[in-house]
Amino acid sequence: MASVALSEAEKVYIVHGVQEDLRVDGRGCEDYRCVEVETDVVSNTSGSARVKLGIEDPSQTLGGHLPRSEGLLTFSKSHFGHTDILVGVKAEMGTPKLEKANEGYLEFFVDCSANATPEFEGRGGDDLGTEIANTLYRIFNNKSSVDLKSLCISPREHCWILYVDVLLLECGGNLFDTICIAVKAALFNTRIPRVRVLEDEEGSKDIELSDDPYDCIRLSVENVPCIVTLCKIGYRHVVDATLQEEACSLASLLVSVTNTGVVTCMRKVGKGSLDPESIFEMMETGKRVGKVLHASLQSVLHKEESLGPKRPKVGFLG
Amino acid sequence: MAVEMRLPVARKLLSESVGRDTKKHLVVPGDTITTDTGFMRGHGTYMGEEKLIASVAGSVERVNKLICVKALKTRYNGEVGDIVVGRITEVQQKRWKVETNSRLDSVLLLSSMNLPGGELAEVQAVFSDGAVSLHTRSLKYGKLGQGVLVQVSPSLVKRQKTHFHDLPCGASVILGNNGFIWIYPTPEHKEEDAGGFTANLEPVSLADREVISRLRNCIVSLVTQRMMLYDTSILYCYEASLPHQIKDLLKPEIMEEVVMETRQRLLEQEG
Repeated sequence: MASVALSEAEKVYIVHGVQEDLRVDGRGCEDYRCVEVETDVVSNTSGSARVKLGIEDPSQTLGGHLPRSEGLLTFSKSHFGHTDILVGVKAEMGTPKLEKANEGYLEFFVDCSANATPEFEGRGGDDLGTEIANTLYRIFNNKSSVDLKSLCISPREHCWILYVDVLLLECGGNLFDTICIAVKAALFNTRIPRVRVLEDEEGSKDIELSDDPYDCIRLSVENVPCIVTLCKIGYRHVVDATLQEEACSLASLLVSVTNTGVVTCMRKVGKGSLDPESIFEMMETGKRVGKVLHASLQSVLHKEESLGPKRPKVGFLG
Repeated sequence: MAVEMRLPVARKLLSESVGRDTKKHLVVPGDTITTDTGFMRGHGTYMGEEKLIASVAGSVERVNKLICVKALKTRYNGEVGDIVVGRITEVQQKRWKVETNSRLDSVLLLSSMNLPGGELAEVQAVFSDGAVSLHTRSLKYGKLGQGVLVQVSPSLVKRQKTHFHDLPCGASVILGNNGFIWIYPTPEHKEEDAGGFTANLEPVSLADREVISRLRNCIVSLVTQRMMLYDTSILYCYEASLPHQIKDLLKPEIMEEVVMETRQRLLEQEG
């Protein structure tokens, strides 16, 4: 993960601030930064979404190559902690897996672009990418997240495979949460063409695509979970940590929560240890925050959809 | 607990021409500034084919016979006498490498330091390749204790006589010329010894923290709207932000409102 160098005194300041529920930017321990969601940004996908967390500084971009100072990769970025994720979903037809013959499935791929931080140059971002992809697989690996049976066209022969590609454009802390929000928004936006299977006398099947390009099926994303990352700083934990706060935290808990507050999976990251009481508290916070997160996301997605296809699109040049 | 999600809005910069009559002459690298050879050329220009051509993207400034181009976005170029705030990234045998948001890391020679662990320093000399040599001249400079660092573009920090400001709201601010801004609680009594060699790690009071967080958000708002940073603008912005909650200052519309008010006050003060 991208890291920031901080002096002892700065870390002490951050830790004491968290104890008093006043973080460096004035937020409380359970407050998120401002999230901007936009769907349907990439035109040649079945569904896409772009999620931005935090304030974007319009003047600072990573233009120009900064020479590394002899092996030390402590690169302090000059922006204010802003995370930018782009997710594209492509639906393709394929054969179902052997053990789940009447279901489709999802494939995740995460690309940590070198745009996000110089640490991701070359193969540097692969480790983080596989870690995030594995986490996404685990979250979606249960019956109720996405209705996979609706992705089946004909059992054992054809099904829809959804290839979900995640692109990290900027890394400003709190990657997992933002990626999960973006995946949920992209799946909400996904339109899969409606197909019919025609069987003729010899028994050979033909797949017919509907003539109307707007005739498609949508996925229900009601039960898609969201990740809430809780970083332990000092004796308390915070939600939506910035890069500086992540540098002060030794252990974090990733909790995947559905919109009803049900925890689907949990994972601990970091070198430090967590005692069981903290884990329990963090889980409770995760459930609470997760429910609010889902409610906000649902309302934003419905609001965007209610604006209709003629809504002003901001896209990448806004 | 608050989670706010919204649809994106095309960001617009507040109208720059509020109260300004002349339009700025903007150039990009390669643009001809003038074909008149009577001018002396300054930074950001070069002479080619009997024309004065810009080498950076920015606005043309003319002082009598001197023409220079002030770049809009640039890495820090050190000038002798500048105050900078830097982060020590590496320790070598006789010198320390300091990260100052310039093209190359700056060096802090141990021989030019009053105390070990200096982080606030003055630019002593500029090497030919653009690397900058720093020194801590007096006990006023040195290692910084608890506080918050905000990184902005160097072109937004106004050059002034002094860069240390003790704001009346209860916190102090150091505006480094390299764009690193350090906000810290005003020390209660000035210590003449040590000068901060051992950083004070006691917890900062909640009231001071609120002031520091509010200042940080104010500075971020000013920078997002590309306003120059100096003590008066920061102070006006702070006062304009008082009616809002600190964390509300992170929202784009509140940021715009506060910066508009600041700009208004600054214009009234000038005119």
